[in-house]
Order: sequence, then C-alpha cells, then structure tokens
Amino acid sequence: MVSIPNSTLHDSSRPYDRTLIETQQLNLIYGSQQILRDINLVIPRGQTLAIIGESGCGKTMLLKSIVNLIKPTSGKVLYDGRDIHALNNVEMTKLRRKFGFVFQNAALFDSMTIGENVAFPLVQQGLDLTRNTEKMVIERLNEVGLPESVIPKRPSQLSGGMRKRVGLARALILEPELVLYDEPTTGLDPIMSDVINELILRTRQKYPVTSIVVTHDMRTAKKVADRIIMLYPFPRLEPNESQIIYDGPPSGLEYIEDKRVRQFVEGEAGERLMELRRWSDADLTPSQFPQDSLRQF
Amino acid sequence: MRNLLTLETMTQQTQRMTAGAARGISNWGAVVIDGLITLGDIALFAYTMLRWLFTASPKRGTILPVFYQVGVLSLPVVALTGTFIGMVLAIQSYAQFHTIGLENKLGAVINMSLVRELGPVLAATMLAGRVGSAMAAVIGTMRVTEQIDALLAMGADPVHYLVVPRFLACIFLIPALTIMADFMGIVGGYFYSVIILNIDHAQYLRNSRDYVGGFDFFSGIFKSVFFGAIIAVVSCYRGFHCQAGAEGVGKAATAAFVLSFVLILGIDVILNILLEAVYMMLWPRGAVLF
Repeated sequence: MVSIPNSTLHDSSRPYDRTLIETQQLNLIYGSQQILRDINLVIPRGQTLAIIGESGCGKTMLLKSIVNLIKPTSGKVLYDGRDIHALNNVEMTKLRRKFGFVFQNAALFDSMTIGENVAFPLVQQGLDLTRNTEKMVIERLNEVGLPESVIPKRPSQLSGGMRKRVGLARALILEPELVLYDEPTTGLDPIMSDVINELILRTRQKYPVTSIVVTHDMRTAKKVADRIIMLYPFPRLEPNESQIIYDGPPSGLEYIEDKRVRQFVEGEAGERLMELRRWSDADLTPSQFPQDSLRQF
Repeated sequence: MRNLLTLETMTQQTQRMTAGAARGISNWGAVVIDGLITLGDIALFAYTMLRWLFTASPKRGTILPVFYQVGVLSLPVVALTGTFIGMVLAIQSYAQFHTIGLENKLGAVINMSLVRELGPVLAATMLAGRVGSAMAAVIGTMRVTEQIDALLAMGADPVHYLVVPRFLACIFLIPALTIMADFMGIVGGYFYSVIILNIDHAQYLRNSRDYVGGFDFFSGIFKSVFFGAIIAVVSCYRGFHCQAGAEGVGKAATAAFVLSFVLILGIDVILNILLEAVYMMLWPRGAVLF
C-alpha cells in the first residue's frame, strides 16, 4: 500500500481534530466470495474521502458496512468511538439521524411525491412540523438547484440528474454530520456530473460535514476529495497484500508508481487486454458457450 | 467364463443403480433441507414482524393506502368470482342431486360448501393472486432499487414500515372479503337454482336455514384470518429476499403466490380437522343432512 504521511494529507485550513470513523480489520464475505479483507481505515471529522477502484472491488460494500446497512463478517466500525454493529435497533435509528446517504440511483420512493421523499427523514424522526417542513423541503430543493414546482411530481417524472439532486436534498434535510455518496455521477452527462461535484463541494462549505464519496469517476475524486483511497479487487490481491493500494491526497496520484493505480487513474486496460486476447485466441468450440443463450438468437 | 462376465455386468448394473438411488436420495434431501430452511426463515421473519406489531403501531399515513389496495380494490373481483362459484356449484350439484331426487336439498349443500370452504379459500386465492403477488413485486422492486436500504439509512425499519401495515390489512380485511365472497356465492347459487333450475324457493331457503349454522359461518371467517396472515408474511418475505433484476422480481411474485396457495391449502386441512373436533365436542349429535 502506498501511504502518504498524515501531515501532507491535511490542509492547514481544515484541521481534523478528531477521528469520526474507524474501521478495524473489516472483513466481508458475501455468499461464498470474499469481498473485503482486513480494511483498516481512520477518517477524521471534516474530511472528504473518495474511495475509488474498479467495479466489483467492494467500494459500495465498504460504504454500506460503515453505516451498518451491511453487517461485516468480522471486524469493527467505530463511529465517534462507538462500535456501530454492537448497537441495538433504537440506538442505531438515533445514530442514523446523523447520516445522509445518497444512493447510486437516488433510491427515491416511487409511491411518494418529491416533496414527501425529501420530507421523509423529518417525518420518520418525528420532526414533522407541517409548515416548517414545507419550508425546509423548499430550501433544500433550492440548494440543489431544483424549483418548488417539482414538489408534487413523482420520481418517474424527473430526469436522472434531477433525481440524484433530490436524493442529495433528502440526504441533507436533517443536516447530517456524515454524508455518504454512492457513485454520485454514474450515468450522468459531463455537465450534470460537474453540477453534482459542485453540489458536493458546496455542501462541505456550507455544513461542517464529513463526506465519503464512492466513485470510479476520477474527475469527481480529484475535484471533491481531500483524501483518496483505492481498493483493489480481493481475488487479484497477493496473499498478504493490503486491499487498500493507495491512500493519500489527490495530488499524490500524479507521482504514484504502482502500475495498478496508474492504470486506473489514466483509464488504461493494461494487462486486462491480455485477458481479452487470451479469450479470443483460445479455441472456443460451440460447446463452451452457454447453450441457452445461443438458442435465443 | 460366461458366468464371470454375467456377474461382472450385474455388479456394474447394481453399482449404477445404487449410485442413481444415492443421487436421488441426496437430491431429495437437498430439497427437504432447502424447504426447512425457507420455513425457518419465514418463521423468523414473522417473529420480527410480530415484535414490531406489538411494540410500535404504524402511522395512519402508511396504513390507509395499503388498506385501500387490499380491501377496496379487491372487492369487485372477489364479488364476481364468488357469484360465479355459487352458480357453478348449483350447476354441478343439481346434476348429481337430481338423479337421486334430492334437488330440494341443494340450498343446504351449496351454502354449506360456500360458507365453510369455498368462500374463505376463494377470497384467499384472489387475495394471494391480486395482492400477494403485488406485495412481493413492490417490495422486491424496492429491494432491487435500494429503496429498502434507503429506508434503513433514514432510520425507518423496513419490516415495521412495509410489512406490518400489509399484515394488518390482510388479517383485518380478509374476513370482510370472505363475507363478500360468501354472500355473492349464496346469491349466485340461489339465482341459478331458483330462477334457472326452478327449484322451489321456500324449500331452498328452509333447507339452507336448517343446515347452515352460525358455527359454519364462524369457521369460514376464522380460517380466513390465518389465510390472510399467510399471504402477508409469505409475500413480504419473498419480496424481501428477491434476487436482482427484473427476472428476480418476477420470480418473487410467482413464488409468493405459489407458496401462499400451498400453505393456505395445507393450513386449511389442519384447521378443518381442528374445527371439526371442536364442532363434535360442542354438538356431539351434529346436524344431519339426509
């Protein structure tokens, strides 16, 4: 693992006084497949951390383990010193008030209007203050650049970019201290991606939040994060190698020598092309193709 | 030499048969184990739901739309199928009873069958098909599109938020739907017997009144509550354990109906045995039809 000393990580204008999240020896086995191995991570309060890595490397699983949406097979996640996987339902529900989660496809509730979606965390926490709720919903929607007119609409009536912004407004309505973004720019055009990046930056400027951004979009990672970690897929790791193959500031990526990190950052297939060639060069007889899929054509 | 060869062939055949039998037993064993694991999972799921049911009541806003979906929107289809089943019973029974000159007893047979068995099972079948599959599909889609994760992330327990209202709607509204199926079946049976088949109106009603009692009506309603509970728990369970993609949602919806229906009929047998025992205990002489 390439690690940049802490002193270079920290911007002097943003002092990280206290650890907010710590993962200790986090392991996750999903079905029969190991996804995460011995993840040790310390995230200071106020930091914006980007988790990068190729598809299937376990980024989203790590993000969901951090907020107890997935229970790890072993290991601990400490939030402000408390082991969140040891909390009971009531304690966890209270703690979740401090989290805002922006899902990959927004995960808006189809059965509700946009207004009801954004107000949902308030209602759920028993903070339904009628007039005040409406005002807060409008404020949050305006913050993410959406007009009041979207309130009575259904999620299916909005574009992908608008849905993601509604998802962000919903995540911010309770003014959380930790915001988690799962692939915030995936599936969006470059302009809308930049709008989302700007919103992440503005959120950090306006609220004293700690943010974790899972992405494989290097523009997003470099623009919004002050620290980047790169996860490598477990099946490709050497036996005793750390799954985090890069941990440092975005600027550190330019000087990195690890070929795997460089290839990811520069978007090069590298030896993966060799795998493709192995497939195409191999003597594939029809019996090696799944028969069912061939019959469909 | 020939004997040796025959012996060897027989041994090979025996080995093949033994291997085939072992494979068969192993496959059946796997099916039984899978079935038991699923039943255990459903039981745990039901326990979680019941714990929520008794610790926190769901909000009015989440209950009312579900009650509307389960109750109001199911009424027309239950009423229509109830009418048809009453008429079919009249057609089938008349053909049999006419040959032995007992067509005047038709009212008792049709109405007894309806209130004790066909009304509750028909209402449950319609509910499993119309509402149960929809529950599995909706919850399954929510699982696939991370809406269930979103509920959890915002501090709402998905079992409390999604399953408890559906369970309450099913157990409270299925008796009403059963009464509707019973009533429309009785109307359909009466219409076909008296108006089309010209059975004496007074005898039809007298026979119905003499043989169909309060216990028969009660046993049908009583059973329906269990059927409603099965539909809600099984359908929601299937939705929660939905596989990824459109195919997964489709499979969850189908499996919800099939499993609900099988369990409804299984529980029906057990409840009938129990209710019959209770009936014989309360009225040892029973009602004699012929």
